Parts: sequence; C-alpha cells; structure tokens
Amino acid sequence: MSSTARELIPPEAREPAAPVRRAKGGRVRRLSRRDKVVLSLMVGIPTLIELAMVWLPMLMSVGLSFTRWNGLDLADIRPAGTANYQFIAQDYPPFWPAVQHNMLWLLFLALIATPLGLLLAVLLDQNIRGSRIYQSIFFAPVMLSLALIGIIWQLFYQRDNGLLNFLLGTAGTPQAVDWFGDSSVNIWAVMIAATWRHAGYVMLLYLAGLKGVDPSLKEAAAIDGASAVQTFFRVVFPAMRPINIVIVVITIIESLRAFDVVYVINRGTNGLEMLSALVIQNLVGEGQVIGVGSALAVVLLVISLVPIVFYLSRTFGKENQA
Amino acid sequence: MRIVLKGETMASQFDASATAFPSRRTILKTVGVGAVGLAGIPFLAACTGGSAPSGTGSDSSGLTFGSGSSDDVPKRAYQAVTDAFTAKTGKKVTTNVVPHNDFQNKINSYLQGSPDDAFTWFAGYRMQYYAGKGLLAPIDDVWQTIGGNYSDALKKASTGPDGKMYFVPNYNYPWGFFYRKSLWAEKGYQVPATFDALKALATKMQADGIIPIGFADKDGWPAMGTFDYINMRLNGYQFHVDLCAHKESWDQQKVTSVFDTWKALLPFQDPAALGQTWQDAAKALEAKKTGMYLLGSFVTQQFTDPAVLADIEFFPFPEIAMEGRDAVEAPIDGLLLSKKGGDNKAARDFMSFMGTPEAQDAYAKVDNSNIATAKGTDTSKFTPLNKTCADTIANAKHISQFFDRDALPAMANNVMIPALQSFIKDGSVDVKNLEAQAKNLYAAQ
Repeated sequence: MSSTARELIPPEAREPAAPVRRAKGGRVRRLSRRDKVVLSLMVGIPTLIELAMVWLPMLMSVGLSFTRWNGLDLADIRPAGTANYQFIAQDYPPFWPAVQHNMLWLLFLALIATPLGLLLAVLLDQNIRGSRIYQSIFFAPVMLSLALIGIIWQLFYQRDNGLLNFLLGTAGTPQAVDWFGDSSVNIWAVMIAATWRHAGYVMLLYLAGLKGVDPSLKEAAAIDGASAVQTFFRVVFPAMRPINIVIVVITIIESLRAFDVVYVINRGTNGLEMLSALVIQNLVGEGQVIGVGSALAVVLLVISLVPIVFYLSRTFGKENQA
Repeated sequence: MRIVLKGETMASQFDASATAFPSRRTILKTVGVGAVGLAGIPFLAACTGGSAPSGTGSDSSGLTFGSGSSDDVPKRAYQAVTDAFTAKTGKKVTTNVVPHNDFQNKINSYLQGSPDDAFTWFAGYRMQYYAGKGLLAPIDDVWQTIGGNYSDALKKASTGPDGKMYFVPNYNYPWGFFYRKSLWAEKGYQVPATFDALKALATKMQADGIIPIGFADKDGWPAMGTFDYINMRLNGYQFHVDLCAHKESWDQQKVTSVFDTWKALLPFQDPAALGQTWQDAAKALEAKKTGMYLLGSFVTQQFTDPAVLADIEFFPFPEIAMEGRDAVEAPIDGLLLSKKGGDNKAARDFMSFMGTPEAQDAYAKVDNSNIATAKGTDTSKFTPLNKTCADTIANAKHISQFFDRDALPAMANNVMIPALQSFIKDGSVDVKNLEAQAKNLYAAQ
C-alpha cells in the first residue's frame, strides 16, 4: 500500500516525503542546519545560473524584440511595438523560406534519417559478424561537429573536383552540379549530410533500447505465432516507448538547431536559409539589427516550446497518472 | 569558421588584458554556441553602461594593434610596417591578428570591450558610424603632421560626421575588369569603352567558348561591385552615395533600370557564381576559362605565378549613360584609433607613422596589389598593372567606397546579399521590398 502511495507522488516531491513517513515510526529527523545549507546551495546555485544564463536573457530577448536598438548605447533603445514582427513576416524575404526549410529539415529527419537509424540498429542488433565495427563506423560521424561535416561533405559535393560529380562523370563539364551552390538542390544535399550524422545518433540510442527490451517478450510473441515483422512492430517497438519519446524530441531539436552546417557552407543564404542562421545574421556581426534578430529568436523560442512542453507533459504527466 | 558572440563584451569586462583574447574567444566559442542568440543580447545590454577598464591604457612605451588583415600577404605587410615603426621609435607594437571576417563581424563588441589602441578599418559609412557613436578617438593632431601627405579627396574620406579627423588611409585599390593580355591578344579582343561594346565583346567570347565575365557570389558581397558600377554609370556618383545613405528611395525607376541593365549582362557572367568564392573565380581567370573578371585589384594576390601576374591587365568599367568613367570604386583601407588608444601617445605616433610615405612603402614592398595613398610614396617599383590602377584612381573625379562600406552594414549584409543572390538566380528583384526593408533598418539606427 505504501509503495503504491509513493508511486502516486510526483518524483520531485518524493524525497521530502521520506522523513515525514519515518516520523510515524517515532524517529523524528529534521534536516540539520548544515543539510539545509548544503541543500540550498545545491538547489540555489543551479537555479541562479539557470536564471542568469537562460531565463533572464530569454525575457530580455522578448523585451528587445519589441524595440529598435543599434546595440551600442542603452539610451538608444526605442519602443517599436510589433513592428519587428510585422517586418519579418511581411518584408523580410528569407524568413518564410527559413521556416519552410526548418519544417523540411524536421520532416526529412523524421521520415528518412530516424527510420534509417532504427533500421541500422535493428540490423546491428542481430549479432552479425563485425557488428562492433559497423557500429563504430556508423557512430563516427556523431562525434564530429556539424560544422566539420559541412566541410567534409564539401569534398563530395564540389562542382569541379568533388567526388560525386566525378562518380557521375560530370566533373569539369558544364553539366556538373554544384551541390552546395545550386539553390534548387543544396538544401537536399545538406540534409543528406546531416542524415549521415543523425542516423548514427539514433542508431546508438535504439541499440541501447533494443538491448533493454526483455527477450522473454520476443519469445512470447514467437510462441503466439507472430512473424519477425509483427514481433518488432507490435511488441518490441512499443516496448521501447521511453526511447521513442527521447528520439522524437531529439529529432525535433536537431531540426530546430540546424545551424552550423549551413553556416559553414554559405552562412545560411542562397537556398540554405534557416531560422537559427537568420538569428545569427541579425544579432551577431555588422549586420546587427537587434530588434529584428530578437524577434526572430522569439519566433524560434516559441516553436521550440512546442516539443519541450510535449516532452515535459509526456514525462511528468505519465508518471503522475501511473 | 568561428562563431563570434555578442557575449564577448561581457567577458572582456572581466578580462582586463587586451592581448589575451584568442584564448578567451576559444573558451567562449565552446561555451557559447548553445546560448547564442538568446543569451547574447542582455549581456551586451548589461555591459554597455560603463566603459571597459583598460589594463594597458596609457602605457606609452608601446601599443597594441588589432589587425583584420589576416591573409598571408597583408599580414606580413603590416608586420613590416610595425617593424619599421619599432626600429624608428623604439616603441613596441603588439599585434593581434584576427581573421578578417571575424574582425568585421565582431567590431561592435570589439569597440565596446577592450579594443586595441590602433586597428585596421575602412573609410566610409562604416568608419563614420562608429565615430558618430563616440567609440573612436579623433586624431586632428596627427593630421596636422601628416595632412600634407594626402589629397583633399582622401582627407574628406578620413573625416568623421563631426568634422574631426579619425582615419589614416594606408592604401586603396580600384575595382574594374581584370583580364589576361595573352588571351586577349591571341583572340584579338579590344578593351570596350562603352557598355554596348562590352556586350558585343562578351557575345564574341561566348562564341569562342569562353565564359565572358568571371563572377563569384558565394560570399554575397562581390556582386555589389557590379551593382555599384552599373548604378554609378547610369545614375551618377551622387545618386550612389544618396542611395547608400537612404536619402534616395529604392522603389524608383532609377534603381529598377540598374537591375534591368544588369539583366543584359547576366547571361555573360559565370553561371556558377553562387557556388564559388572570388578566389575560385580568380583561378578561372588564371586558367583562361573566363575572359575577364570584375573585382578589386586584390584579385592579383591570388596569382602567385609571376608569369601570370605579369600577364594581368586592368580596364575601368565602361561608360553607360552619364559621367563617362568619372567615378571609380576604390575602397580605402587604413587605421583608426580606438577611444582607449586615444590616451596612448605611442599609438598616436604609430598613426602618424602610417601616414608617411616611409610606412606605406614598407607596406607596399610586401603587398603590392594595392596603391599607397600618401604623396611621395615610391612608384619606381610599380608594375604596369599598378600604374594603370594608380592612374585610374588619380584620374577619377569621384571615389566610391563599395556598397558595404558606403551603406548601413545591415542593409548591405541582411538585405542586399540575399536580394542580389536571388537576382543572380532568376533575374528578378522586388524593389518595393528593398525599400520596405531599407526603411525599417535605417529607422533602427
């Protein structure tokens, strides 16, 4: 009974509950002064850091998005109402392509890269020979930064000296495709490069997930006459629900923060517009327009809140119901 | 490529030593990427209130010198200048070289943090803007000694919005068409004096299987050169200046006709422009794949083979409708003194030194792709190409600074780059939208 009751309590409230329950047994143990100091330091310092580094800047970004400011003197800040938002929605040509590209990136990762990672994980989970070697190979790109991946893939994609044009037999001819320079194809070329990394990441997570699935579930399914495909989709995959949620969130986050790879290629212009690159373009450097940049950052924040809220409500909402 | 954070301003508050920033930047690079847009601004806000404490402020035994000239040749050239200064005065110069894109991108936070005493920069709107914001030290006293070394046009280009002097010009370089003499002699091409002649020549080149005009716009800014020239040749120099300062609107026939005129040239420009950098395009010119290339004379830095370099010739942009070829685009590079450096006597001495033929000769000895600005510099070592370039500048009635130096940087970087890239792609441009964006951005300053 008491363990069920404990389950009902949200996880963050459990620990303080413990002394109270012990109190019933007659042993009153309060937190000593030292405990209180240690606890408040351990809770307080991260909270302060979180406040100073995340919440405060975020709120100020939101505030600045309703102003015009040249970034130099505080006295120069002037209120602008929603002018910055109107500007990005109506007059700023790269904005809507950037939103589309972020969506496309999300769809591509969700429909191609993530399933590819899952497939790799399932294949490598079969105890085939050299499984470890394959795992290392597929995982290697994950250890590289996306910026580096942009540079590596440039070697494949170059118009005149690139491997891809060489294999296609078009290198040095006018038909050679400039995979990163041609705005009709470059977003796809970049997404393939990003997939190369993302699939390895997803593979690793699913490998861990697959190892964690109780083998008796599979046996039971087999005894019930389920085929391998049915076993996987009806039994194993649902059993990996916690991993699936993590992967969904990771995929969404990856697509929102897609930045470095397009930035090293051409600073996010010419067909590679991304919200994050636009934020940088408008906030950092000579082209600094703080109001517009902040408005873009807020748009990105609001979009990011969707998966965050989804994730949190899944995690804590479920525990509360259990 | 490094990502520079606005948050650097914050770090520099704690970091009194102006010379230590490479490591600081590395740290911030690692820490900061995640916090980029959101975290950056308020730091900046928190930091702009007071001016940065300076650790090395008025040390007159030497100075710090921030250089954005990070390419090998100009880097060694500035090294030669600082060495000559040290040899002459016995004062030590600590040079901090920063990759030039980074240097330009972080200039706002650099100037508000703890900048070096003297630093490399440009004439034009970009200099005047920071002078107007009080981030630079006026150097009228320096100009009293070096003023005689400069023409009136250069003096005007070095003046801030308040009428005080801020800038010491080192060199400038003309923009124009570069070509290989041997190729042109072989095919019998003639230098075109008019736009129609240019189109006729380009048609001929195309028939010969050559891409007539080399072109690269992956970085976004090189296409502004074509825009500026067509604009100045169609509407005159003053219109260029007024358009850049947004005293003229973008949604008028004059601007539309610039793009219409350019459209006639687009089929002759390298169709691979959007995927290549100017260095790539320079190689194409070297390989005789392209017939000519419109760029600044810094293009010659790419021609490391002396035989090729000797084969390069220059002609100014042909005339179109008005003012003939009176205006030349010749951006001036030189030095500025930061507000903090204004207290340093050695830094002022260094500024005056830069304004002498002696210093500019020391520079030009290493980097001869540019034209020294001071009178009395050594022209005996001029190559024929240098001479053509110098004559072009000397004969020009108007010297423009290039769109991204004459206009608001946000207008150049955020508006013109995407607009020109999409124009190159499909030959269409929305001038009403350009005007709408310009209105918003200039209002924010």
